[in-house]
Amino acid sequence: MSATAAANRDMPSLYGKAGSLRSERRWALIWAYISLIFSAIILLTPPVYMLITSLKTSAEIADQKGNPWIVRNPTLDNYWELITNSLFQGFFINSVIVTVVVVALTMVISILAAFALARMRFWGSQVLATGVFLTYLVPDTLLFIPLYQIVGGLGLLNSIWGLVLVYPTLTVPFCTWIMIGYFASIPKELDEAALIDGATWPQMLLKIFVPVALPGIIAATIFAFTVSWAAFVYPTAFITTPDQMPLTIGVVSQLVRGDVFVWGQITAGALLAALPPVIVYAFLMDYYIAGLTAGATKG
Amino acid sequence: MAQVSLRKIVKAYEGGVQAVKGIDLEIADHEFVVLVGPSGCGKSTTLRMIAGLEEITSGDIAIGGTVVNDIPPRDRDIAMVFQNYALYPHMSVYDNMAFGLMLRKFPKAEIDRRVTEAARILDITPLLERKPKALSGGQRQRVAMGRAIVRDPKVFLFDEPLSNLDAKLRVQMRTEIKKVHQTVNTTTVYVTHDQVEAMTLADRVVVMNHGIIEQVGPPQELYHNPATKFVAGFIGSPSMNFIPAKVEQASGALRLHLPQGIVLDVPAARTARYQAHAGKDVLFGIRPEHLTDDKPTDKSNTAPVTLKPEVIEPMGMETLVHFKLDGTEVSARLDPATPATVGAPLSLIAHMDQMHLIDPTTDKVL
Repeated sequence: MSATAAANRDMPSLYGKAGSLRSERRWALIWAYISLIFSAIILLTPPVYMLITSLKTSAEIADQKGNPWIVRNPTLDNYWELITNSLFQGFFINSVIVTVVVVALTMVISILAAFALARMRFWGSQVLATGVFLTYLVPDTLLFIPLYQIVGGLGLLNSIWGLVLVYPTLTVPFCTWIMIGYFASIPKELDEAALIDGATWPQMLLKIFVPVALPGIIAATIFAFTVSWAAFVYPTAFITTPDQMPLTIGVVSQLVRGDVFVWGQITAGALLAALPPVIVYAFLMDYYIAGLTAGATKG
Repeated sequence: MAQVSLRKIVKAYEGGVQAVKGIDLEIADHEFVVLVGPSGCGKSTTLRMIAGLEEITSGDIAIGGTVVNDIPPRDRDIAMVFQNYALYPHMSVYDNMAFGLMLRKFPKAEIDRRVTEAARILDITPLLERKPKALSGGQRQRVAMGRAIVRDPKVFLFDEPLSNLDAKLRVQMRTEIKKVHQTVNTTTVYVTHDQVEAMTLADRVVVMNHGIIEQVGPPQELYHNPATKFVAGFIGSPSMNFIPAKVEQASGALRLHLPQGIVLDVPAARTARYQAHAGKDVLFGIRPEHLTDDKPTDKSNTAPVTLKPEVIEPMGMETLVHFKLDGTEVSARLDPATPATVGAPLSLIAHMDQMHLIDPTTDKVL
């Protein structure tokens, strides 16, 4: 036996590749770096260009001479003008109100729906769960026409409350789906133990499921936050006056005066608008990943 | 504290599969009853029906004289310990144990008293502030038991509580469970597939198979007087040998003719019992511990057998020897000092007063 093994060890065809594990890993890393750098350049070029532009004066932006990637006379005037502009402050407040209410509504609906679909086995719950996900696949560009009728019928056109009503159609299906996955990964014995301990269904949800599924809830919250903060199609369709506009359409519609594009303020506004999601992601990224991959491996 | 009654309990699933087929069982107050059987025998389903986690298809379950068929688990006043512990991962050990009492709105001082007391009984006082993930398997199982104890329920239900533990810890926790039962003396229903756990813990063992109860009785009773071939084979480790045999009449006595020309005398005390089966084929059942070396001090009711070992397993305190008798596997338990060699004839004796005869058509022990 050992003699055969010793003989095998000398055969390059069998054991010669042992040393190549390291070089295989090196090549994998090289390719990983190349593709990561490539995607980083593609993804980061627009925001970097926006940052550069936002630091220029209108005169410098309009100047055709010189390298557009270099700021000759950096200034924060664009930011200052925006921050002190009551219109922009209004956009920001509208965005915050809509987002906070939509996130809260979404989480309440999604958690209740997911708990029912994942745990309270009832007739048709499987079909319903699939149905919830399918609605997510319908794009908002298809939905906004019928929704316009509905929102109009309710008298909520040109009101942030109309947005509060329609955004959950985008957020609830996906968040419910994330939460179903997370709740399903919680062992069945945990609810049984809670039932025997004397918990009612609502108590079980609030005292066991919500705390245990917190990473999933945070992931769903981030998703709902991003969607409602960045929504563009619905506000474009439903909002007409500046006092009701959220940031996304306020920046582009109000900072273009006639055919004059105030590029410095537009880019500064876009960057300021992108700041809250960046901050949220930076702090909660780990939870977000944990929530999306729940149940993928045995915890 | 309460007795538990199961009357004609049936559990059928969609598609008509019956997991439990009409069982009757009376569990006395303070009694420790173990439901034991192979996977899929219906033991866990029965326990879950007592807990109220499974609905009953038909029949009645009564706890403390009250029929609980339609009463939800929280109002049955039971506590359950699960195989995977089912501790609440976000709560400390203290909160895990206190949770049931908090839901029932016990005063804080009373909760504190009960949790402290249970922690003392289970020796987990230093762990009270920890989260379950910082505990070992054995400690988690103690906490799960603590959660049951603090409630001071009418009935404890255990669903294979030791199956996730390693062999050494399992023995330790088994003793622990027995101690706890002796301290709190609550009626207990315990489910396991491990017959050693069943034998060591139970006041009475309930052997289940294919959704029915094969036999109920104290551990020694099941060991010495099994009612069916299944119970005879299931209780005891290694399991009982079953050898095809024929009962023959021989001048007022009975003899058993085994394969390979082995003839064994049936003890005189059993003659009347087996008389009706003279001339018939039976299964001769004998436990490995009753087929031993040829050197007991008292040789009454023994019969000599010579066999050639096929496999020898020295266990330290004993040696197991395996033979083949015309295709039937047979094991014997020897003194480790007895020299045994594979293939060399070995003299053994069968303790015939410990033998069983089984009717091969009904699988009942005669």
